Amino acid sequence: MLATLIRLLGDFDRAEEAMAEAFTAAVEQWPRDGVPANPRAWLVSAGRFKGIDAMRRHARFDASYDTVADLTGQDTNDPARLADDAVEDDRLRLMFTCCHPALAQDTQVAMTLREVCGLTTEEIASAYLVPAPTLAQRIVRAKAKIRDARIPYEIPSAKELPERLDAVLRVVYLVFNEGYAASSGDALTRADLSAEAIRLGRLLVELLPEPEAAGLLALMLLHDSRRTSRTTGDGDIVLLDDQDRSLWNRPQIAEGLALVQGALASRRFGPYTLQAAIASAHAEANSAAATDWRRIAVIYDLLLDIDPSPVVELNRAAAIAMRDGPAAGLALIEGILARGELPEYQPAHAARAELCRRLGRAEEARRSYRRAIELTRQEPARRYLERRLSELA
Amino acid sequence: MQYMLMCCIDEGRWEALPAASRNAIMRDYGAWVGEMQRLGKHVATARLESASHAQTIRLQDGRRNVVDGPFAETKEQFGGYHVLECRDLDEALALAERIPTLPHGGAIEVRALETAA
Repeated sequence: MLATLIRLLGDFDRAEEAMAEAFTAAVEQWPRDGVPANPRAWLVSAGRFKGIDAMRRHARFDASYDTVADLTGQDTNDPARLADDAVEDDRLRLMFTCCHPALAQDTQVAMTLREVCGLTTEEIASAYLVPAPTLAQRIVRAKAKIRDARIPYEIPSAKELPERLDAVLRVVYLVFNEGYAASSGDALTRADLSAEAIRLGRLLVELLPEPEAAGLLALMLLHDSRRTSRTTGDGDIVLLDDQDRSLWNRPQIAEGLALVQGALASRRFGPYTLQAAIASAHAEANSAAATDWRRIAVIYDLLLDIDPSPVVELNRAAAIAMRDGPAAGLALIEGILARGELPEYQPAHAARAELCRRLGRAEEARRSYRRAIELTRQEPARRYLERRLSELA
Repeated sequence: MQYMLMCCIDEGRWEALPAASRNAIMRDYGAWVGEMQRLGKHVATARLESASHAQTIRLQDGRRNVVDGPFAETKEQFGGYHVLECRDLDEALALAERIPTLPHGGAIEVRALETAA
């Protein structure tokens, strides 16, 4: 409903005020006159009139009178325009506006959670460990920029869609990862962020059936299916190999697998779909030993092809180590580090340590574990690495 | 909504282009301005003399201080501007993207003109 009012009134703050006034009017009128046949349409319509009224009052003092004329001229009395299918489009428009590249990425995340998910400023601030006034300020500035620079409130044209969709997907994935990473902060709030990201992912797939949107939703579902098995009751990390696979959320895995297959079949997939394909190879293995590393290595080759990065190379090296033995994987990791890439990336040193340990090169393993521990800021990861290091001593 | 497109160019790189290329680019530039006029988007355009002709004035403790050169010493310098009437930011960016000097380095800052609130 907020999304629709933003379209009709052309301004976030005006729409929020108008929505509040419409609810107030409903509380007064519905008990007296009965609940209207289509409550949502009634609220949108009331909100629109309240919003236009407010603008007329302001118009006496300023130049926004033209806008009022624009808005009242629109064919918005047509009930079809207020019907439910138009609402879905409004939510999609809102997502594209909140994730517009003219806004900084952390602002895109905050705006999406605030305006699309409806989280409060305080909830978002506590999830991201920033002071609420800082976040409130960021949102106020973003709304002002959307209004003053006239950032459009519409679904991008086919030509711009791929790039703009990437921005939306990136925001959804950032929200998911923030909720999924076993980092500091209130564990409960974090899980909520992942759930919000999955909700956004579902909404996108429903509104815009693009393969990469399906790939991202699959990726999130498959990772999230392992949520309960990836830490112990004390919050210690349990690696994929050691997880109790009976704890994995099977219905969620089934949904993820079906989405991956659909996205792959489209042949227009991208990096999210391929990452989901890797996650599905793990999900399909009944035990760690049954993992199809040959298939995983091939998918990493494809991923490196379309989205090359040292982090993907590192993950591929870990898969190669499983397929061809630790020496082959270690050679690849040393190659990455020798090029001066990922020098401060904790997982690179942790992976090197692990492979050295398996090869019986204890001294090198200890050095790499120590380096990884220095670089770790997450308490559970630090505990895990220290445990490994002490096992070597 | 009016947007100012502030064109910053690397003068050194521009001067280093062969004269024939510069002429060809400027012909394309003329065509771009002509198209903006035909489409009713064009409000104003100006090209500035070289940044080496610039003087920068400041008041320090109330006293005039004039320095030879642009206000910031950067590789890219403000070289001209256009004001266009556009539907929204995306349209302004799409039109700016087609400015013929852009493939030859430099940058275009796109900003909405403030309107009476």
